[in-house]
Amino acid sequence: MLFYSFFKTQVGQHVTVELKNDLAIQGVLESVDQFLNFKLKDIKVVDEERYPHMLSVKNCFVRGSVVRYVQLSPPTVDTALLQDAARREAQSTQQMQQAKPNVAPPVA
Amino acid sequence: MSQLQPYVDCKVSVVMNDGRLVVGILRGLDQTTNIIMQSCQERIFSEDEAVEVVDLGLYMIRGDNIALIGLIDEVADAALDLDSLRGEPLQPVKH
Repeated sequence: MLFYSFFKTQVGQHVTVELKNDLAIQGVLESVDQFLNFKLKDIKVVDEERYPHMLSVKNCFVRGSVVRYVQLSPPTVDTALLQDAARREAQSTQQMQQAKPNVAPPVA
Repeated sequence: MSQLQPYVDCKVSVVMNDGRLVVGILRGLDQTTNIIMQSCQERIFSEDEAVEVVDLGLYMIRGDNIALIGLIDEVADAALDLDSLRGEPLQPVKH
């Protein structure tokens, strides 16, 4: 859930999404969902000469499963905060696993 | 909730994982991005020939095979000259 929350903080920012078919799309992040599907607006394909397939597309939906990278602009990301949040999430996951161990309770 | 709901009944262009591009009217979808499209046409791009348009009709595409769904700006699309447009075919998705 951490990265979902993180990407929600990036809504409205300019991002470049690189897909697993090597297509890179630049645009404004409009929304994101739990699968990390992205909706982008005012898009532009980075190498338009080579890939003129999307010339008439201004808004698009990118399926999370085909995203390779998301390029963000550095000033919009507080890396210290993100690192801290990642550490805290890892810790709470660990604690949850300790709270309910996989071994079955002894039979009375 | 669904991010795709506003695209329903609009002309969309779908990039599939095998690199194909299908243009049609989005009629329905579910939470796994399975979609139903009406009046589909495949647009086949090549580097040295005009864009080939193939009529497909009604399609149901499983979400797993969808890379991207683009909302088509009909004005911009009508202005496109597919006969003079040249471009590489899109590569298939490599996971």
